[in-house]
Amino acid sequence: MGGERGRGRKGQDGVNFLAIVGRVFLAFVLQVGRFSIFTGRAVSHMVRPPFYPRLIARQMVEIGYYSLPVVGLTTLFSGMVLALQSHTGFARFSAEGAVATVVVISLTRELGPVLAGLMVAGRIGAAMAAEIGTMRVTEQIDALSTLSTNPFKYLVAPRLIAGVTMLPLLVLVGDIIGVFGGYVIGTTKLGFNPATYIARTAEFLQVLDVVSGLIKAAVFGFVIALMGCYHGYHSRGGAQGVGAATTNAVVSASILILILNYMITELFFAQ
Amino acid sequence: MNGPNASDPDAPKLRLRDVRKRFGANVVLDGIGLDIAAGESMVVIGGSGTGKSVLLKCVLGLLRPDSGSIEVDGAETVGLTGRARDRVNAHIGMLFQGAALFDSLPVWENVAFGLIQGRQTSRFAARARAMDCLDQVGLRRRVADLYPAELSGGMQKRVGLARAIAAQPDIVFFDEPTTGLDPIMADVINDLIVATTKELGATALSITHDMASATKIGDRIAMLYKGRLIWVGAAKEVFDSGNAHVDQFVHGRADGPITEEAEAQAG
Ligand SMILES: Nc1ncnc2c1ncn2[C@@H]1O[C@H](COP(=O)(O)OP(=O)(O)OP(=O)(O)O)[C@@H](O)[C@H]1O
Ligand SMILES: [Mg+2]
Repeated sequence: MGGERGRGRKGQDGVNFLAIVGRVFLAFVLQVGRFSIFTGRAVSHMVRPPFYPRLIARQMVEIGYYSLPVVGLTTLFSGMVLALQSHTGFARFSAEGAVATVVVISLTRELGPVLAGLMVAGRIGAAMAAEIGTMRVTEQIDALSTLSTNPFKYLVAPRLIAGVTMLPLLVLVGDIIGVFGGYVIGTTKLGFNPATYIARTAEFLQVLDVVSGLIKAAVFGFVIALMGCYHGYHSRGGAQGVGAATTNAVVSASILILILNYMITELFFAQ
Repeated sequence: MNGPNASDPDAPKLRLRDVRKRFGANVVLDGIGLDIAAGESMVVIGGSGTGKSVLLKCVLGLLRPDSGSIEVDGAETVGLTGRARDRVNAHIGMLFQGAALFDSLPVWENVAFGLIQGRQTSRFAARARAMDCLDQVGLRRRVADLYPAELSGGMQKRVGLARAIAAQPDIVFFDEPTTGLDPIMADVINDLIVATTKELGATALSITHDMASATKIGDRIAMLYKGRLIWVGAAKEVFDSGNAHVDQFVHGRADGPITEEAEAQAG
């Protein structure tokens, strides 16, 4: 139907332009629809039994344990640089005393979840997209269905569960390591008394600072796993398709993390 | 008219009626009709890219035909999803063209996959059954703990075969079981297919370009050309079918109606 009309009016540029706009719009709607259906199915399998404890455990180790060094290093140096920067900055209006507070609040609210999210997106999102994408193009996903195993249940749900549960834990550990980094710089380079620094760290910290960070982390973990699975699941066309899926998974997860980070912050802290 | 779950004892094991499937403008299946009786071994031959794999995927529900009906044991299967589809597929074993072994699992778990995941057999019992299946396809037990990437192509095909028969299905599909194997290994696989299907008493639907394999494993042969089955007949008759297209294909000649039509279309 569409083909015939296109052929009949080939000469008219205006119509062709509209046809292109229409096609792009349809492709976009199709993508959104496909993504929504995927998300719906993924979530429904994530919360409904049966579960696969072995697969969930394997993904938890992959996400939680093996990401520790990366996340630890990132937050350690972020804590250190925060202490240094805020000290030199605040010295201009004699507010050096706020260093400890600034370090802990920026880490727990913002830097911990965002940095850990971005690092894990690069590490885990890419790995998920590549693994599931390869399974798609080598027909392993088809093979799953013929063996009466639902690919959503077997591949997607364990990754989502592991992402949602492991990222908050990672961020909690990262927060502690980052605060420790600030403490080391504060006490060794900036001349803070260790006891004062610790007291200052605890003094203005509220539960909501930490909790909001952990909620962000859970959301980011979900987004990372969802993007990895979605792009892998819909990849096609051999090695090139898997490569594209991997890139798309990391880029889309990173962008979503930054957007959602703003939205969640606004939800919690905007008055 | 049969209801969706009606089961008729006289119905063929597998009945395809006017199955059509296209990808965009590319019409792949253009009205396929085929009956396969219980215990029969049917072979579908046809050139590369004629839609043989698509046909199997339609029956398995991996692709959804645009129209037509596919009945297994007299019950309609087109459009089934979820549990209902799983119940149908539990009766079907499939050897994929590229083996499609799970590369994150060792060989024995690949073979036992349908038992462990589909039927909740204990891992211990499933491993024992997997070992039996590996024996059946002539693989040594020490490959059981290797990973698929550590096997040669022929060994992967055999593991795929073991996986297809592990759950003792009533219907087995073999997608190009001998492609890419040396002639001796190909014949070993042919023997295995004949032996395993006889042993299971299963209905088999195989796809191949290899005429030696087709005549060895098939009771009947059908040729797929331009989206239709242009010839169906007993395996012994395939070399004097009286159909010019079939003749060209089975004798592997470069000159004949198939190449002429392709050139006419291109030119
Ligand atoms: N998922 C798909 N999307 C779009 N086109 C497809 C898809 N799967 C198959 N096709 C097209 O359908 C046609 C038939 O493909 P199919 O894999 O069934 O061929 P075949 O007969 O199995 O060939 P071979 O003997 O080489 O395996 C091809 O033209 C292919 O491009
Ligand atoms: Mg094929």
